[in-house]
Amino acid sequence: MSVKTIATQRASMNIPTGRLAVWWVLVSEIVIFGGVLVSYIMHRLGHPEWGEQAAYTNMWLGAFNTLVLLSSSLSAVLAHQAAEQGNGAKAARLLYLTILGGLTFLIVKSFEWTHEIREGFTLQAGGFWSYYYTAAGLHAFHVIAGMCVIAWVANSARKNQELHRVENVGIYWHFVDIVWIFLFPLLYIAK
Amino acid sequence: MAEIAHAPEHHPPHGHAEANWFIKYLWSTDHKVIALQYMFTGMFMAMIAGFMAYVFRMQIAYPGMNVPFFGRVSPGAYNALITNHGSIMVFWVAMPVLLAGFGNFLIPLMCGCDDMVFPRINRLSYQIFLLSALILIASWFVPGGGFGGAWTAYPPLSAVGKYNLTPMGSSMWVTAVALEFVAFLLGGINFIVTAMNARAPGMRAFDTPLAVWMIVVASLLFMASVGPLIAGAVMLLFDQNLGTGFYNPARGGDPILWQHLFWFFGHPEVYVVLLPAMGIVAEVITVFARKKMFGYKTVIYTVVATGVLSFFVWAHHQFVAGIDPRMANVFTVTTVIISIPIAEMCFLYIATLYGGSIRFTTPMLWALAFIAEFLIGGVTGIYLGASGADIFFHDTYFVVAHFHYTFYPIAIIGTLAGITFWFPKIFGRMMNETLGKIHFWGTIIPFNFIFIPMFFLGLEGEHRRIYDYTNFPDLANPWAVSMRITSTVALVVMLLFQFVFLFNFIYSWIRGPKAEKNPWRSNTLEWTADSPPPHGNWREMPTVYRGPYEYATPGRDTDYWPQDERA
Repeated sequence: MSVKTIATQRASMNIPTGRLAVWWVLVSEIVIFGGVLVSYIMHRLGHPEWGEQAAYTNMWLGAFNTLVLLSSSLSAVLAHQAAEQGNGAKAARLLYLTILGGLTFLIVKSFEWTHEIREGFTLQAGGFWSYYYTAAGLHAFHVIAGMCVIAWVANSARKNQELHRVENVGIYWHFVDIVWIFLFPLLYIAK
Repeated sequence: MAEIAHAPEHHPPHGHAEANWFIKYLWSTDHKVIALQYMFTGMFMAMIAGFMAYVFRMQIAYPGMNVPFFGRVSPGAYNALITNHGSIMVFWVAMPVLLAGFGNFLIPLMCGCDDMVFPRINRLSYQIFLLSALILIASWFVPGGGFGGAWTAYPPLSAVGKYNLTPMGSSMWVTAVALEFVAFLLGGINFIVTAMNARAPGMRAFDTPLAVWMIVVASLLFMASVGPLIAGAVMLLFDQNLGTGFYNPARGGDPILWQHLFWFFGHPEVYVVLLPAMGIVAEVITVFARKKMFGYKTVIYTVVATGVLSFFVWAHHQFVAGIDPRMANVFTVTTVIISIPIAEMCFLYIATLYGGSIRFTTPMLWALAFIAEFLIGGVTGIYLGASGADIFFHDTYFVVAHFHYTFYPIAIIGTLAGITFWFPKIFGRMMNETLGKIHFWGTIIPFNFIFIPMFFLGLEGEHRRIYDYTNFPDLANPWAVSMRITSTVALVVMLLFQFVFLFNFIYSWIRGPKAEKNPWRSNTLEWTADSPPPHGNWREMPTVYRGPYEYATPGRDTDYWPQDERA
């Protein structure tokens, strides 16, 4: 399966095919998250009492997670730089660091959720909590998917293969970050 | 970049010759095989959906009768039949055949490349699609039967098991639809990137055939509109199974939210399936009118304008759903505006025909019928787009007739134009013209007899969601009954004529006269490959020197000028 089609290697638009595809993936993802967030915002505006529920979320843990996720994007950028210089081993190490950031994010998140569910704020506890778990859960699903893909890319980068993919997973990872930057104020800060 | 663009393009020796049947046809990454997988799955689903239409139309015309090959239709079965007929025809017939089938077959061949840019993602796309079809079929056999809440799945009917009485069927329906969306997102990314980035050397964006343009714009529309509904489907699944209340007003939700998410996708979806059919028709009419496409660039700009506008019309489906009348005004205006680019496209097609030397081959008949029948659908849409008139027409058979006058030309007439036109390329054999024409007239005439009575029934106030009209004295008068019987009989006649097509298809595939490379004397690149094209499509990849519609150029011996012919 290593034989590449001629189509894959062409670049009529002078953009590498993989990068072009990642951008289109992001376009389709933006509207998925857009649908959830716009629905949430419209309902939140119609239900001021949801603010009291939002007050139970832990803003400081959320802020910590924001910091962790943004930092993990830094290592993804450095990995891209290393890949540009042809240093696959270094790129792989930096990508593993990014995965570590994602893992930290998920661990903190699971502590938060365990605490909230014990307090009785489950998925069924009301409109705010339904959106809270759905939106953050959809995001967490993307974090997990991103970590899997990054692990796969890092594995080939370690052997100096397919180094252009380092940039592509980086673009995806930044997108996952940006979604969180929207989620954090909407779900944690707005009271 | 430079070394990519100028690398000599030679095929590595393929090891596919000795591949076994399973690898060759079910695990293939070849775009042509995947196209056929999509087409055959779509045609199989179309047969199921056609049978469903026959069953519920018999119940409507002859309430309570023992329908041959089915039996008595219970109210629950009736609901499941109409729901699944609609869902299948939109999501498992029009989408896979027009967008995925023709998209997969035509984009690499028309752009002059050997395959899609991501062949394995392409294969995955079909596999997810097949899974979604299997889940839908399985949903008819679970306790309670298939989902019966209409193909639009409005909550609370779709969200609450004790209302729709099909708790398992409805969850499986939502899952199947969501998976189908994922399959087409993967396919769409492939289409867009292939057409953008893998065109033959010399082929500029404005040298690409309209079919490619339209499939790409359709994929873009799909990509930009389906996201909110994927999110909405997840929320509906949660409402059904996990006890959330996204669509439940008693718990802070809103059932209208689903309608917005559904139609924000649902209206662009009309253009997602319309545009590939328009593209197919453009290829057919230029070839058989032996004329240059009138206003090639105008068509493209019009398509883009349609695409942009299609995102601002969705609430015209919700005029009676309790939306603000001021908002209804806005959506009336946008809806009437979107008919302008569509009308413009039809005029451009008619102008292409004007003065051409027209050949009435079977594909050409289908293409001309597409324009004529779709115009009826488009014109009646203006009545429904005006909020005042829509309050009167809403939920009557007028809507059903209008909808079928747009969708039938797309999903059936457009598809048949494409299949009869590219059959020689796909299978390497010619179809029988006489049988093709018998099938054409046997389909088109009954089609009009099915749906024209529905316009009149709708004007008389016939509601569209009634299982047995004998319970409604106003609707059970002899005139209405005769109208219902007319359309049901016409439907049966039309369905029977499809066996002519089926016979022609299978017979020509096995016994038809061998097709040469370019039987229609066409310009586009797919006709320069062998019929059928081998794996990899060309031994030497083509180079492009001109646009796709250089027919009847003065001063040339032949009336066509292939895109890859050196000047």
